[in-house]
Amino acid sequence: MKAIAARRNHRFAPVVLLALALLVTGGLYAAFAPSASSAQTPSASDVEIGSRLFQANCATCHGPDAAGRAEAPSLIGVGAASVDFQVATGRMPMQMNSPQAPAKPPQFDDEQVRQLAAYVASLAPGPAIPTAEQVDPELGDAANGMVLFRTNCAMCHGAAGKGGALTEGKYAPTLEGVEPRHIYEAMTTGPQSMPVFNDANLNPEEKRDIIAFLAEQERGAAGGAELGSIGPVAEGLWAWVVGIGLLIACAVWIGAKSS
Amino acid sequence: MSNDRPSSDLTVPAATGAVSARGDVPERFENPGLPPHQPRRADSEPAADKRAERQVVALFGVSILGTIGVIVTYFVYPHDPSIESMRTANMLLGIGLFLGMFGIGAAAVHWAKTLMSDHEQAEARHPQRSDAEVRAGALQALSDGAQDSGIGRRGLLKGAVVSAVALAPLSIAVPLIGQLGGDWDVSKFRHTMWRSGTRLARDPSGTPIRAADVTIGSVYHVIPEDLRESDHWIEEKAKAIVLLVRLDPQDLVESDERRDWSHEGIVAYSKVCTHVGCPVALYEQQTHHLLCPCHQSTFDMADGAKVVFGPASRALPQLPITVDDAGYLVAQSDFHEPVGPSYWERLK
Repeated sequence: MKAIAARRNHRFAPVVLLALALLVTGGLYAAFAPSASSAQTPSASDVEIGSRLFQANCATCHGPDAAGRAEAPSLIGVGAASVDFQVATGRMPMQMNSPQAPAKPPQFDDEQVRQLAAYVASLAPGPAIPTAEQVDPELGDAANGMVLFRTNCAMCHGAAGKGGALTEGKYAPTLEGVEPRHIYEAMTTGPQSMPVFNDANLNPEEKRDIIAFLAEQERGAAGGAELGSIGPVAEGLWAWVVGIGLLIACAVWIGAKSS
Repeated sequence: MSNDRPSSDLTVPAATGAVSARGDVPERFENPGLPPHQPRRADSEPAADKRAERQVVALFGVSILGTIGVIVTYFVYPHDPSIESMRTANMLLGIGLFLGMFGIGAAAVHWAKTLMSDHEQAEARHPQRSDAEVRAGALQALSDGAQDSGIGRRGLLKGAVVSAVALAPLSIAVPLIGQLGGDWDVSKFRHTMWRSGTRLARDPSGTPIRAADVTIGSVYHVIPEDLRESDHWIEEKAKAIVLLVRLDPQDLVESDERRDWSHEGIVAYSKVCTHVGCPVALYEQQTHHLLCPCHQSTFDMADGAKVVFGPASRALPQLPITVDDAGYLVAQSDFHEPVGPSYWERLK
């Protein structure tokens, strides 16, 4: 240290200090900056590859220009969020015509989903894929999320987010184990039967609160067996069939003569 | 007793209602008595006796283990607030309590059935009527009492006691009935707190909604903006809740008199089901159908919220809306018909 201190008035000292400061700043930025894939804006080649993927896998139903056909809606203006939700959860491409496209193992890897999303987003502006910070349950307020969930979501998805039936074979799927990103995208885009909850209705902080509430639900209930958390029908079935059945069995045993 | 079974020619004459016997049906059934006593194995075999005793001891042992389990659980999971540990603790406490209680009960029943005396005992019914001497004594006591009180001679006293006893329950009855009659204003069921110019606001935050914010396919759960200023806001909310959606104006079917009740495809309907009053809010934006979770009544939001399926018998009441100068959605007036179950429609 003494040797360095002795040279602190050397005429090259400011240059050396400046070089060190730049090195440290650059190193810290490289270490902490958002990774390339999450912050990357889609390049022209992404749109190009996405376009080819679209022609090969989606154009049959949605049309070569993505303008939709009788059986499939137009994708112009649905945005990258819609593509990420539908394709990354496996709902699209659909395997067959049914009242509702079910979630299934995705057919495309993350890179291909990103390219498809880039292509559809290039057609017209639409909702973008949320950032990691927008969907981080740790940053949300689960208590406020519960109030919002109860008003806006619970009638279809159930009080604990375990899903429920709709009309004619349609259903609100369970929200258990769904990635926060996809919950956010479903709210902004309103896939299938679900209505749209745009940022004026539920602002991004409120959406994150709902995600935080659902993350709390993942930990389960404190009261023991949940019976699927699908509501009073399942619980009533257990009480009436199993509970009362056991009571009757006890009564029969008490009344029977011992051999 | 092969002739116990009634034969098919048993008839009940309508005039007398009496059963007359024909064929092999006897005039009167004999009391079959108790079935012969069946000795239990534990009574005759010492091995069975020992086995039954061990079973009873085992059941009491189950109870003891259950109770020990409860105590151990109580101390192993003392005050841990995490959901996972609470769930495990509740489960173990429940199972332990069940075994502790059920073990004692099952052991007692098994003990009584297998080891305690099993002699059948029958107690014959005796006539309920007391004998003549007791009956005469009771009547005599009553008439002696009446004689002693002089109630027959003293008319004023008789009137006083009857009046006092008859009036006493009024101190309970009058306030009760008075409270029942506290509010006979049935007309308030016909109105909600929506007024001309009341802004539509988000439930539960109460922030007003701009028409431009309601995009096609959106659904808003709506309360009146001044709801919290009401003295009984929960009751008012129960009547005034509204569902707001925006449809493509091309999809919207509107009757002539309601043509100006919507705003550029935005329609607002009461969220109270006309069947039995559940909040009807399962909106399928592709079909524009609104489903009630209680009894599956389905309303078509694109066509005046008419019933397309289910037990509801009339369409959801529509709230006439427009926009104010600042671009916020406001009510034109209250609902034009009572909200809620169809019963109230009859008040019109």
